[in-house]
Amino acid sequence: MPSHAPCADNRVGTGSALKSGHKNGVIVPEQPGKSAIEVRGVRKVFGTGESQVAALDTVSVSIRENEFFTLLGPSGCGKTTLLRLIAGFDFPSAGEILLYGQDIAPLPPFKRPVNTVFQNYALFPHMTVAENIGFGLEMLGKPKAEVKARVAEMLKLVKMEALSNRRTSQISGGQQQRVALARALAPQPKVLLLDEPLSALDFKLRKEMQIELKRLQHETGITFIFVTHDQEEALTMSDRIAVMSSGKILQVGTPWDIYDKPAERFVADFIGETNFLTAAISGMGNGKARATLKSGATIDATVAEGFQPKDNATVVVRPEHAKLTNGKGDLSGTVENIVYFGTDTHIHVRLDSSEAFTVRQQNTRSAGCGFERGDKVGISIGNDAAQVLRD
Amino acid sequence: MASRFDIRRQTGFTTIAMICFFALYLPIVTLVVYAFNAGSSIAIWEGVSLRWFYQAWNNDQVVDASIRSLQIASVAATIATIVATMAALATTRTKPYPGLGFKYAFINQPLMVPEIVTAVALLIFFSRIKIWTGYSGLGYLMAAHTAFCIPFAYLPIRARLENMDLSLEIAAADLYATPWKAFRRVTFPLLWPGILAGLMLAFVISLDDVVITEFVKSGGQDTLPTYMLGQFRRVITPEINAISTVFLLISILIVTVFFFISRKKDQE
Repeated sequence: MPSHAPCADNRVGTGSALKSGHKNGVIVPEQPGKSAIEVRGVRKVFGTGESQVAALDTVSVSIRENEFFTLLGPSGCGKTTLLRLIAGFDFPSAGEILLYGQDIAPLPPFKRPVNTVFQNYALFPHMTVAENIGFGLEMLGKPKAEVKARVAEMLKLVKMEALSNRRTSQISGGQQQRVALARALAPQPKVLLLDEPLSALDFKLRKEMQIELKRLQHETGITFIFVTHDQEEALTMSDRIAVMSSGKILQVGTPWDIYDKPAERFVADFIGETNFLTAAISGMGNGKARATLKSGATIDATVAEGFQPKDNATVVVRPEHAKLTNGKGDLSGTVENIVYFGTDTHIHVRLDSSEAFTVRQQNTRSAGCGFERGDKVGISIGNDAAQVLRD
Repeated sequence: MASRFDIRRQTGFTTIAMICFFALYLPIVTLVVYAFNAGSSIAIWEGVSLRWFYQAWNNDQVVDASIRSLQIASVAATIATIVATMAALATTRTKPYPGLGFKYAFINQPLMVPEIVTAVALLIFFSRIKIWTGYSGLGYLMAAHTAFCIPFAYLPIRARLENMDLSLEIAAADLYATPWKAFRRVTFPLLWPGILAGLMLAFVISLDDVVITEFVKSGGQDTLPTYMLGQFRRVITPEINAISTVFLLISILIVTVFFFISRKKDQE
């Protein structure tokens, strides 16, 4: 995290900026704020006897106040199950879910100050846009005048004033999405849960809504818990990400932590493109170590938390953190394939150790990538480019 | 797109459709036409008259039977719809469990057991109760009609519930609606067209019933259909046609009203 502090300001500023008095241009270090949600040792088992499946296998995570927190993972990893447990649509088989210190796990959904934006929006088809948005407040027994004022405020927030009297079937998908957001935000929940809300939108609209969601979180200062299987979406929107697989949380961290310092092979593989190398680790200390690659070269590397010394450790290097050279590098090999991507070029190299390695090189207009298929090349790995995985 | 295969353009298709159409409607048209016959035969046309409508209207037995039919149908359809709504909620809003299929079959029993069997069973059952209680009013007919109306009311309600997005009820709960409020504000308004369809269907089915009514009724408890059946055993006049025509009009009216109500609901 500290090594990336310059980029941190647009992330940390969201939400917490409203309350901590964000100073223009001054980087506010990320404070480990109060926990909004604390999940403690939660298990969720479906089925009985032999066919029992643990959708969540003893998961613990702490989600801070005003944070844009993302649960990221492939389908079936348990992310939606965890969301449903926090919302109260399901109850954990074991463990506690604390909302500002109070265990809400046994409460029914209508007693939790937590609202959900559903994947299919679940707007009430027999009500107008305004009636949908006011529904939660009405159920809370708020006076009519207050409901009306709040609905007007929400309509303005999501820019839907003009369509307030439309039926929800008479508006577009993107507009339905906005109404679903406004409806969930109107009762001012302590935490807003979003269950893959952008997956039904087309690409352009999805990009727009990503920015819109960040803006809404910033303006309302509400803690967002966002579920997605889209790693790019997670990286661009989140303050912190929890990567999940097979009912477990593998790693929790900022997008940079997750991308640059993946703890496990699954995390490194699921997010972005990565090169995996086998290495012997020596001189461990202070979260750093020396990694001796099969080529014989020794490079500096950061070490994942929980790494246990072993013979063949896995080291990951992102394709953009390595450089192709004509001379000798840390690694050597032969160019197998060159793929042009517009902004950059991917050069696939077969190392002398027979491992595969990809280098991503920024393109310029004036020159080609400078290499051809069959070229004997060296690869130099930058300082602070390698990470040792714990598995 | 003349070259594309289109079943409507195949030779013979129109003819088949016309035959079906006539087979369905020609008898009814004949019935309605002869209701206006001036003569007293249902086969020989003697000119236009409303005479049989007047006669039916002034026939106390017909009026009595009509009122009785409407009373029974109203009570039976209402109770059957309420029971069917509860049954539909209970069978669609639970997780599937062993025995649920049996429950569907149980609820739909009157659709599967031959009507004559139910009729005989009810006759025997009710005669016992009559001996024990001494009561012999319309209650028996209402109870019998309620029983066989339940599956007809149940089917459209269940279909509506099964097509309803479950996440709507979850969303209501998420937005602080207690289960009762969620039912009143979300489930029920969305279910209403189904309930109405069930009610209409049950009403028409009850109005139309002959077999069970014939067995269960006590003396002087003729409904319109059993009265008409009784008339056939004596002399047949176009009065029967006139009654049938009015009966037909009422049914069409009910179905049309329902059609417009449900269409309006769906547009919302």
